Amino acid sequence: LIRSINDPEHPLTLEELNVVEQVRVKVNDAESTVAVEFTPTIPHCSMATLIGLSIKVKLIRSLPERFKLDVHITPGTHASEHAVNKQLADKERVAAALENSHLLEVVNQCLSARP
Amino acid sequence: LENTDPRMRGRGIQLLSQVLLQCYSLLQEKEVLHLVLFYENRLQDHHLVIPSVLQGLRALSMCEVLSPGLAVSVLRAIFQEVHVQSLLQLDRHTVYSIIINFMGSREEELKGLGADFTFGFIQMMDGEKDPRNLLLAFQIVRDLIAKNYALGPFVEELFEVTSCYFPIDFTPPPNDPHGIQREDLILSLRAVLASTPQFAEFLLPLLIEKMDSDLQSAKLDSLQTLTACCAIYGQKELQEFLPSLWSSLRREVFQTASEKVEAECLAALHALSACLSRSVLSCDTEDLLDSFLSSILQDCRHHLCEPDMKLVWPSAKLLQAAAGASLRAYHRVTSIVLPLLLEQYTKHSQSSQRRTLLEMLLGFLELQQKWGLVEEDESSLLSLRASICSVVFSALTDPSVQLQLVGIRALTVVGSLQGFLSPSDLELVVDHLIRLTLHEDSQSSEAAMEAAGSLAPIYPKVFSGHMVPRLEEELQSVSFSECEEESSRDHCSLQQRCLQALAAVSTHTSIVKETVPVLLQHLRKVQKGSEAGNTQGMVSVCQSLHRVALQCQQDAEGCWYYHQTVVPCLLAMAVQAAMQESAHPLLGKALIEEEVLAAMVPVISAATTHLSPELAVQSVSHVVPLFLDGEVSFLPQNSFPCSFQPFEDGECFDAQRRLVALLMAFVCSLPCNVAIPQQERLLRELLALSCSCNCPFTATTAAKCFAGLVNKHPAGQQLDEILQLAVNRMEPSLAEGPRRMQALTLLLWVTKALVLRYHPLSSHLTDKLLGLLSDVELGPAAADGFSLLMADSPDVLHKGCHADVRIMFRQRFFTNNVPKLVQGFHGAGPDVKANYLKGLSHVLNHLPKPVLVTELPTLLSLLLEALSCSDRVVQLSTLSCLQPLLFEAPQIMSLHVDTLVTKFLSLTSSPTMAVRIAALRCAHALTSLPTTVLLPYKARVIRALAKPLDDKKRLVRKEAVAARGEW
Repeated sequence: LIRSINDPEHPLTLEELNVVEQVRVKVNDAESTVAVEFTPTIPHCSMATLIGLSIKVKLIRSLPERFKLDVHITPGTHASEHAVNKQLADKERVAAALENSHLLEVVNQCLSARP
Repeated sequence: LENTDPRMRGRGIQLLSQVLLQCYSLLQEKEVLHLVLFYENRLQDHHLVIPSVLQGLRALSMCEVLSPGLAVSVLRAIFQEVHVQSLLQLDRHTVYSIIINFMGSREEELKGLGADFTFGFIQMMDGEKDPRNLLLAFQIVRDLIAKNYALGPFVEELFEVTSCYFPIDFTPPPNDPHGIQREDLILSLRAVLASTPQFAEFLLPLLIEKMDSDLQSAKLDSLQTLTACCAIYGQKELQEFLPSLWSSLRREVFQTASEKVEAECLAALHALSACLSRSVLSCDTEDLLDSFLSSILQDCRHHLCEPDMKLVWPSAKLLQAAAGASLRAYHRVTSIVLPLLLEQYTKHSQSSQRRTLLEMLLGFLELQQKWGLVEEDESSLLSLRASICSVVFSALTDPSVQLQLVGIRALTVVGSLQGFLSPSDLELVVDHLIRLTLHEDSQSSEAAMEAAGSLAPIYPKVFSGHMVPRLEEELQSVSFSECEEESSRDHCSLQQRCLQALAAVSTHTSIVKETVPVLLQHLRKVQKGSEAGNTQGMVSVCQSLHRVALQCQQDAEGCWYYHQTVVPCLLAMAVQAAMQESAHPLLGKALIEEEVLAAMVPVISAATTHLSPELAVQSVSHVVPLFLDGEVSFLPQNSFPCSFQPFEDGECFDAQRRLVALLMAFVCSLPCNVAIPQQERLLRELLALSCSCNCPFTATTAAKCFAGLVNKHPAGQQLDEILQLAVNRMEPSLAEGPRRMQALTLLLWVTKALVLRYHPLSSHLTDKLLGLLSDVELGPAAADGFSLLMADSPDVLHKGCHADVRIMFRQRFFTNNVPKLVQGFHGAGPDVKANYLKGLSHVLNHLPKPVLVTELPTLLSLLLEALSCSDRVVQLSTLSCLQPLLFEAPQIMSLHVDTLVTKFLSLTSSPTMAVRIAALRCAHALTSLPTTVLLPYKARVIRALAKPLDDKKRLVRKEAVAARGEW
């Protein structure tokens, strides 16, 4: 579901950039949990929140409601890891971000299939 | 005409003008002169009269006997007396028509007016707003320029008066009866603007300005106009504007998100480069092409060194667009870019970066194909040969499959440049291809086969000398070591790949002659083997043989060789196997299993369709007696234990009868003008077999063979007799008895044969079929038969095997039978209603989409009813019918959006997986309707689509994710 998400600033997908990897995705169907760790390309990557948000939105749209989602940065790979994780875990902030039409457009662009 | 009330006067003139419009061709020269003078004079009359006066002048402008000088004086009078832009649209239209008429018939006279004519016209059209009139006005301007009227000092004015409409921004009103589209105006204005280099100094700044516009349509229009202009401009016109044109194009390609804009920019750059390449150089002027390309190279080359960044592809595309315009441009660009890319390839070691670099290199090499290797290239491209080859070979050995794939494509391009590869390189190429062909990864294996197929005709000796023996060796070694249990699956797929590769490389007659014996030998060996898996083995040999047949069809020599070698061999093997089975029914030979016979059908059919008639006659004189009289003498190894009598009655001949499939493959694929010996007897035997045989495979095959022959049978008494015979046999067994199913199959195939050729009996048979829809036992099968009637059948009765297929037979069938189906549906009992719907949806499914869209409004309610039908076949075929319509007829579908949403969503929980998938695809397709129509349903659909996200089937979940994401 998330391998084909486009990077906001490279012409490549998250899989091709090794931002998401299969070993860092944990799915537990019985307990209905999904945990995704993603690795920003550089520790100061300013797009980390946007990438996380894209992953989160894609999963919200594509997974049954019973799943609890946890999207966070691979520990030790980003300067402001804690802050970003906190933002992504905050339901209200995610919802508010998606009310912003400009931000939604950017997220949709990342999620759209590559031509 | 002399009444003092202007209204009355106007009506008088109107009457006169109407009369003239009816009879202008009958007028004499003198009468015309008199009338013209009268009308010219009336132009000074009251404004209420003017419209009728203009009508009269229009009638007179169409007279052939108009004496010299009158056209000019009429125009002068109009320019002088009439203020055109204060007239109504219709009257302005009349004035333009008068001018067009005169320009068509009195060109010389009008040119005598000189620039005055141009000036008069400019004043006249200034301020025109109506699209109908603009189309005429643009046409006049185009003719002014194209026919060399004197423009005098008014070039800029003429440009101003037309360019003010650029870019066209016009949306036709709904229900516009005039049918003028935006596109019409755009094209006719573009024809004006791009008609003369004299406009260049005014037009180019305008285009540059509009390229910077925010409106995408304005951008596209400017770029397309620029491309059109480049066809007639030269260096002189472009020189001054090249830097700003380039910077605009570059900005658009680097920044745009729209593919359309990018494509148009590249087309414009290509046109610019081509235009500059065309001009002749004199020794003292600067070479503009050179400096233009230098600036492109300067802006783009550093991006090529950063294969990870976004600008790498836009830069490569710009360079390729410019380089593709001419050989000179190509040399200029590649002499810098190719060495750079090769150097970067060695500098970067990650395979994703290398892939990007190699793909760009490939793009430039592909451009070279356009010109082939030319003498003077020796210095540039050939000097890079060693490094290009080493880069390509290194890609082929890279562990990354993606890089390998690009490497294989590059190999194909490099190989197709005649004389580029040295013999030793070539051997290396073949070695690489063999290795990759047998590689485990199916993607690179397939790509390597494809490459081998396209290179083989260029170097047939190398491939037949190296590749074929290696593959044969591999094939044999694999078959010998089959006893090892655990590795047999690997071997099986290796064997498959060998067979596929042998077929893929057979693209040249000399290679075909090597590979076909290898394949046939292998088939014999598999047949002798005893393992359970050998059915599959034989099917794959047949598939390879089929591929070879398709590849050598176009070549007469190869085709005849193939036919002569393969057809008798297959027949002999099949006949022998059938006889062995007749003797020992329990042994069961895999070769004549239905699956294997079905795989042989396309082989024989493809080997026969492209035979020349003379050779086909030769072949048919052997094959038909084989089946009718057991004449086996032409088969290789023809010592058989008993006689071959496929049409004899008797239990023990079941196996022999199945071989009718091979007869069908042969006789139904013959060219139409080949006479079949003993055709009447053959048809009778086939008819008897199809009605009496208990084995469904044999009965169906015999019916198909009968239908295939009937379809090509010349019309006449003989055909009528044989058809009457068929109807007489079918009707009683359709009514009752144990063989109703066989009779229905025969009915379907014969109906299809006749529907295709518009035979008069076809309507009788179709009515019979429609009648069967209400039959409880045969109804469902008859309904499915409609799909057989409308679809292309893969083995007989299609264009490829020379069947008589009339164009639009589907539309004809639709108009004749759909009303009956609808009527039958309304009158049918509840238990058979589904049959009618199923039949209808089959017919609609195969109908060309444009026809369907026009018939949609009347049929849609029925289709929506069909969605509520509980039969899953009906649901499925209705859904697959509706899905494309959502894209093609959004307006009509929007009217029913409420019903559609409800039905689709409820079908997403159908117990049948295929229906769930189709319903989700339709729900996905709904998103192509206008947003305003969809918004009210958004929340409901998104909520409803959450459920199939948790479906137990993966394929359903996949569709659900796609649909919900889009919503």
